Amino acid sequence: MDSTCLEPSLYTVKAVFILDNDGNRLLSKYYDPELYPTMKDQKNFESNVFSKTHKADNEIAFLEGMTIVYKSSIDLFFYVVGSAQENELMLMSVLNCLFDSLSHILRKNVERRCLLDNMEGVFLVVDEIIDGGVILESDPQQVLQKVNYRADDNPLTEQSVAQVTHTADQATLQKLHLLVWGWMGASNYLQDSLDSRLHPGQVAVHYRVAQRHAGQTIMLTHSHT
Amino acid sequence: MIKKFDKKDEESGSGSNPFQHLEKSAVLQEARIFNETPINPRRCLHILTKIIYLLNQGEHFGTTEATEAFFAMTRLFQSNDQTLRRMCYLTIKEMANISEDVIIVTSSLTKDMTGKEDVYRGPAIRALCRITDTTMLQAIERYMKQAIVDKVPSVSSSALVSSLHMVKMSYDVVKRWVNEAQEAASSDNIMVQYHALGLLYHLRKNDRLAVTKMLNKFTKSGLKSPFAYCMLIRIASKLLDETEGGHDSPLFDFIESCLRNKNEMVVYEAASAIVHMPNCTARELAPAVSVLQLFCSSPKAALRYAAVRTLNKVAMKHPSAVTACNLDLENLITDSNRSIATLAITTLLKTGSESSVDRLMKQISSFVSEISDEFKVVVVQAISALCQKYPRKHSVMMNFLSNMLRDDGGFDYKRAIVDCIISIIEENPESKETGLAHLCEFIEDCEHTVLATKILHLLGKEGPRTPQPSKYIRFIFNRVVLESEAVRAAAVSALAKFGAQNDDLLPSVLVLMQRCMMDSDDEVRDRATFYMNVLQQKQKALNAAYIFNGLSVSIPGLEKSLHQYTLEPSEKPFDMKSVPLATTPITEQKTEIAPVATSKLPEKLGPSRQDIYQEQLAAIPEFQSLGPLFKSSEPVQLTEAETEYVVRCIKHTFARHMVFQFDCTNTLNDQLLQKVMVQMEPSEAYEVVNYIPALSLPYSQPGSCYTLVRLPDDDPTAVSCTFSCTMKYLVKDCDPNTGEPDDDGYDDEYVLEDLEVTVADHIQKVLKPNFGAAWEEVGDENEKEETFALASVRTLDEAVGNIISFLGMQPCERSDKVPENKNSHVLFLAGVFRGGHDVLVRARLALADGVTMQVTVRSSEETVVDVILASVG
Repeated sequence: MDSTCLEPSLYTVKAVFILDNDGNRLLSKYYDPELYPTMKDQKNFESNVFSKTHKADNEIAFLEGMTIVYKSSIDLFFYVVGSAQENELMLMSVLNCLFDSLSHILRKNVERRCLLDNMEGVFLVVDEIIDGGVILESDPQQVLQKVNYRADDNPLTEQSVAQVTHTADQATLQKLHLLVWGWMGASNYLQDSLDSRLHPGQVAVHYRVAQRHAGQTIMLTHSHT
Repeated sequence: MIKKFDKKDEESGSGSNPFQHLEKSAVLQEARIFNETPINPRRCLHILTKIIYLLNQGEHFGTTEATEAFFAMTRLFQSNDQTLRRMCYLTIKEMANISEDVIIVTSSLTKDMTGKEDVYRGPAIRALCRITDTTMLQAIERYMKQAIVDKVPSVSSSALVSSLHMVKMSYDVVKRWVNEAQEAASSDNIMVQYHALGLLYHLRKNDRLAVTKMLNKFTKSGLKSPFAYCMLIRIASKLLDETEGGHDSPLFDFIESCLRNKNEMVVYEAASAIVHMPNCTARELAPAVSVLQLFCSSPKAALRYAAVRTLNKVAMKHPSAVTACNLDLENLITDSNRSIATLAITTLLKTGSESSVDRLMKQISSFVSEISDEFKVVVVQAISALCQKYPRKHSVMMNFLSNMLRDDGGFDYKRAIVDCIISIIEENPESKETGLAHLCEFIEDCEHTVLATKILHLLGKEGPRTPQPSKYIRFIFNRVVLESEAVRAAAVSALAKFGAQNDDLLPSVLVLMQRCMMDSDDEVRDRATFYMNVLQQKQKALNAAYIFNGLSVSIPGLEKSLHQYTLEPSEKPFDMKSVPLATTPITEQKTEIAPVATSKLPEKLGPSRQDIYQEQLAAIPEFQSLGPLFKSSEPVQLTEAETEYVVRCIKHTFARHMVFQFDCTNTLNDQLLQKVMVQMEPSEAYEVVNYIPALSLPYSQPGSCYTLVRLPDDDPTAVSCTFSCTMKYLVKDCDPNTGEPDDDGYDDEYVLEDLEVTVADHIQKVLKPNFGAAWEEVGDENEKEETFALASVRTLDEAVGNIISFLGMQPCERSDKVPENKNSHVLFLAGVFRGGHDVLVRARLALADGVTMQVTVRSSEETVVDVILASVG
């Protein structure tokens, strides 16, 4: 049935994919051309995996003859797939590395929106962790160093704030609360990392920008409530 | 401004996705700004991201548009934005197969790969190797060699991994980089070490000596990378497997030492390698099992899963070794991860006692609906194994299985359940009716043709012999009305069996048959017409021959014979007896119950062993006139296992001859044997006709020689004979290294053990699914009966085993299984005697101070009956 011993090979990872909480594909890579060769096969597999895993956060599953390790965060699901005979802990180390690296470049906001806003960084991280099914790197620090990518600091421009004020209704107000909250988090983060990762001057600028935006949005929210 | 579009999305509320409404054509339109000067890195970056995102979503890019975008992208190499450059590499890799002329970027990539920016070098190498073919590879060979030994780990790793990818395509070029890879293997960086080891192994895996050397080196020097350790363990266990190295080998010691590694990944890999080794003893398993036991209480689900899955495998072969972990496994029953819970329970079912079965089954039924099909199959297989172990539990199991049968599930799952129920029915006669009822209910709503036909066949076989056969008719006829052709045809066959066996049902069955003759499908109509006519004759012999016991010939053999017959037109009608018989599989191999039921098993029916022999023998001119091969025996060893020459014999029986095939192996590496033959001296009136020698027998390459013997015509009862055998040959000494033989040789001989021909060699096993009908069909014309006392036999089981192996006939109606605590038993045996005469044996056994046996033999040929009785006596 299953071969008694695994053919020694570096090709450990069969596939990796990230889905959102509706099971939609945000990113997926298949490294074994014989496994799910068509897009249809792949999407079927993904939806099967999603339906079996999204309810319980169980870390590991066995589906369609594949070992799947997974992890979820807010509205995202991360999957790493290996063969049935693969060492589960190796797959886990890939998954952990992927998650930790992404969590770092997304500033701990591992959620769908933030991920999509930094899609290029996500592509680069995956590319540095796995190359054609071979584990290239499993240490998140190394990955981050190689990718050298930082999340966009300033997605909220002056104009967009103005736009928001224009059409603000109750729903967006709630969202604004969240935004502000997020910004406060971001600015705290910036302060923390003052000495470590960024050029001090650069940080100071970012920090001011962040504070200004936060202030503005808070004022906006107040005026509407 | 730049990301204006995503702000709009945000307003539209939840489910916002900046890439949601991307249009391929619009994105490609946007890609024109790649050509603008100066380059706007941010915008370009975003467009590249969109392109990669679209490709990732499965959007199809035509060659022209892809090539156009690709060429525009190449301009972005002018920008020095790091992220933009990295995204260019990604785009190159993604488009390598879609766009044309991707090699245009070779020089840019080569420049980056050898440049000063370390951040670019690794990714550039990987992108470059993605677009390079064998001819181009030689041009960059120099750079690759340098990169492999580069002191920057990311560069070295990238080069090694890319080389590995290219081994498939250009092995000969990459092979030349072995020295560089060797150097990289001693790097301090753990990933470089791992990748170098992987590449080295792939380059050397066909050279066992080199692999051994490499293993020796690395196991001694020690590695830092846990990944590399796992790889080493795999290589070592593969080598152990291939060389059949004993467990005292240094490789085994190495694997065992890894159980004490400080990294869990390595420890698990080593434990799993030991567990998967064939013929591992309980003592060798113990350390592996105890580390797995520790993992069972790990907070990490993946580790618990890995441990319990491996323990499950151990439990299949060595349940006693796992008993020590029962407590830990009990704790996992309630694990929130259902996969772990399922594996724990199925393992416990294998190791636990009979008393715990009920409790475990109750536990499992509480969540069986939540687990995936793969694991449901595991559960069913565990139940099936359990039923064999504790037959008394079958009622609990049957209940459980019927519930599972009602749930949703895929084909593999349903098939596993049906197989399990069928095996329970066969093992336990008292569960037959409940089992059949469950299966009847199942085919009422079954979408799988294979399963429906299988169940219908079973109903036809078992149904007529139940107390109330009429109740199955309704289920069967419903199939005729509602199902596809294959199922309808199977249903017709099943109906016919009821009609043939139950006289009171015959009129109604005939009416139903009449209706089936109006079916829209040819096959169904043909079957109905055929059975209708057979049934109307109301002759037991016809029923037995055409309805109960189908063809007993080998299907490939029949095909070949018919083909032969059509090629040589003759007046004679085709003779079924000239077709070789189907060999019933000696032992039905239970498929190994593995927790991982890989669903992609290729199910191929290879030609049977006998068909292969038939083919081989037919190729030898001397044997062409012998007719079809009747029977081939199991190989008989004529030498001890550890001698200079190893010889085994396969006895092939033909209608009037026997061919002895001697498979000889020369285990001396300084000898070459020539003209090898085995001289045979018969004790009876057998006559040796011909010897066909093996021309040459070099060291360790098996060869075959044959001896043709004519069976005595005048005395058909002389079935057993003893041959004394001597192997004769010409020896030439040769150089052990080169195998170059000397010119001169000398004759020599080697005495082999005696070879026995017994009555079993003249009888081919044939399974009669309905023994009673076959018994009636042969009739009592040549019946003879005799009583024997088997003084030396103490149990009925032993007696049954002895009779079966002595006569070499097929036990029918599962009569080879003696129920427990009984003093008498009836054994039914069926076979075909050489020459095509059916033989049936009924042996009544009674246990009283030794076993008394009354044997009744029936056959279409009187001499055959005599032969059997004479040989039993």
